[in-house]
Amino acid sequence: MNNSNKNNMTIHLKVWRQASNKEKGKMESYTLSDVSPDMSFLEMLDQLNLKLMKEKIEPVSFDHDCREGICGMCSLMINGHAHGPQLLTTTCQLHMREYKDGDEIVIEPWRSRAFPVVKDLVVDRSAFDKIMAAGGFVSVNTGSAPDANGTAIAKVVADEAMDAAQCIGCGACVAACENGSAMLFVAAKVSQLSLLPQGQPEAASRVKSMVAKMDEMGFGNCTNHSECMAACPKGISVEHIARMNRDFLKSSLLQ
Amino acid sequence: MSSETGDAAPSGPKFSFLILQTSVGRKYLVAITGLLSCGFLLGHLAGNLLLLMGPDSFNSYAHKLTSTSLIYVAEAILGVIFLVHLGLALKLNWENKMARPQKYVKKKTFGPGENIFSSTMPYTGIAILVFLVLHLTQFKFGSVYMTQVEGVEMRDVYRTVIEFFKNIWSLVWYCVAMSLLAMHLAHGVQSSFQSLGIRSKQIGQWLKCGSRIFAFGVPAGFIFLSIWCHLQ
Ligand code: FES
Repeated sequence: MNNSNKNNMTIHLKVWRQASNKEKGKMESYTLSDVSPDMSFLEMLDQLNLKLMKEKIEPVSFDHDCREGICGMCSLMINGHAHGPQLLTTTCQLHMREYKDGDEIVIEPWRSRAFPVVKDLVVDRSAFDKIMAAGGFVSVNTGSAPDANGTAIAKVVADEAMDAAQCIGCGACVAACENGSAMLFVAAKVSQLSLLPQGQPEAASRVKSMVAKMDEMGFGNCTNHSECMAACPKGISVEHIARMNRDFLKSSLLQ
Repeated sequence: MSSETGDAAPSGPKFSFLILQTSVGRKYLVAITGLLSCGFLLGHLAGNLLLLMGPDSFNSYAHKLTSTSLIYVAEAILGVIFLVHLGLALKLNWENKMARPQKYVKKKTFGPGENIFSSTMPYTGIAILVFLVLHLTQFKFGSVYMTQVEGVEMRDVYRTVIEFFKNIWSLVWYCVAMSLLAMHLAHGVQSSFQSLGIRSKQIGQWLKCGSRIFAFGVPAGFIFLSIWCHLQ
């Protein structure tokens, strides 16, 4: 990464440092030179960490895994935007060519009572797993696998379910929502399963259980500002929230 | 994950008023009480339009409205609607503040539903509450004059209204309050349809458009009447 190039930039970073959940954190400033515009944002942080380690400073912890925009592990509130300024893009897919020489970048962890900071920029998103465990599954009978085309599903319904299924559970919706609400995540998961015939047996109990768990985890309430939809790297629509509200009402009244 | 449950269907909370203990359930109530209040506004505006027909029509309407004992029931219901709307909205707002104990150093907003109307909901709401209290003291519990219409003795509330709006500052205050109401409705009405799950891809744009027309149209009607009264 040391191949200096005339296009390389100097970037001023302000990064949230917090040793652990028990300790108080604060913003620290670092200046990083020789940042290639071809680097991904996370490679830039890797370069920062190499520099910090050389200086015997604890490297910055941040979450990442696939670096391909599919796993939902990366996060980061970058200059006030969840996953950075580029729409429909995860942090790992963001590139330094979005920035100019001399830019200042403020990097913070997702902020939510339900997502406590583990260290620096890493937050604990297991609240999402708990919501999934409460109802985000379908029952499958044992025995031989059914014929894949045995159950006819209308194209529009399948498309709608697929849109919802794009959710990678990164938590950007919670991070971006001014109320720290998880409605978009829960609605996407509910829609994905409840739109399809395979999800019908648990349709009513699923939405109730998942909403109850969401409340229990300490997320805020939706005020319909659609901040979540704008931040979602997968472009999941708030129409799924309306559907979940509808399903919740139906299931509460009818069963 | 299904191994955790063993049985086929997970058991969710059964219906009861427990629905109101969920965030989604409370939002239904805020939405429903909000929409009911909108219904009241529409009725109030329709009644006020009788001002244009002159003192006798307006006074007899007001007399008829207040001389049945059903008015107490209606007022009580309205009071409950307002209080539920206010109380739950405050509670939800408080919970939302609690959901993010540590604020961001830098945070931008760019959601399509994010605008001056949506971000000021709690403030416009409180302003409407203040307006409501003053409004009741100015009219319902305001100066009482008597008059006779077709031999029936009744309150000349028409005179109270005209007298109030003759004062330019009263007019200005009223117009400001109605503008704040319009702001509250501009987000509130369409947001209610989303909360109640009525919004969908097909009718989303229509609902939004209709909500906006209502949100600005009804307060505009009240403002028009107040200016008309001032000019009498
Ligand atoms: S690291 Fe997998 S989505 Fe970003």
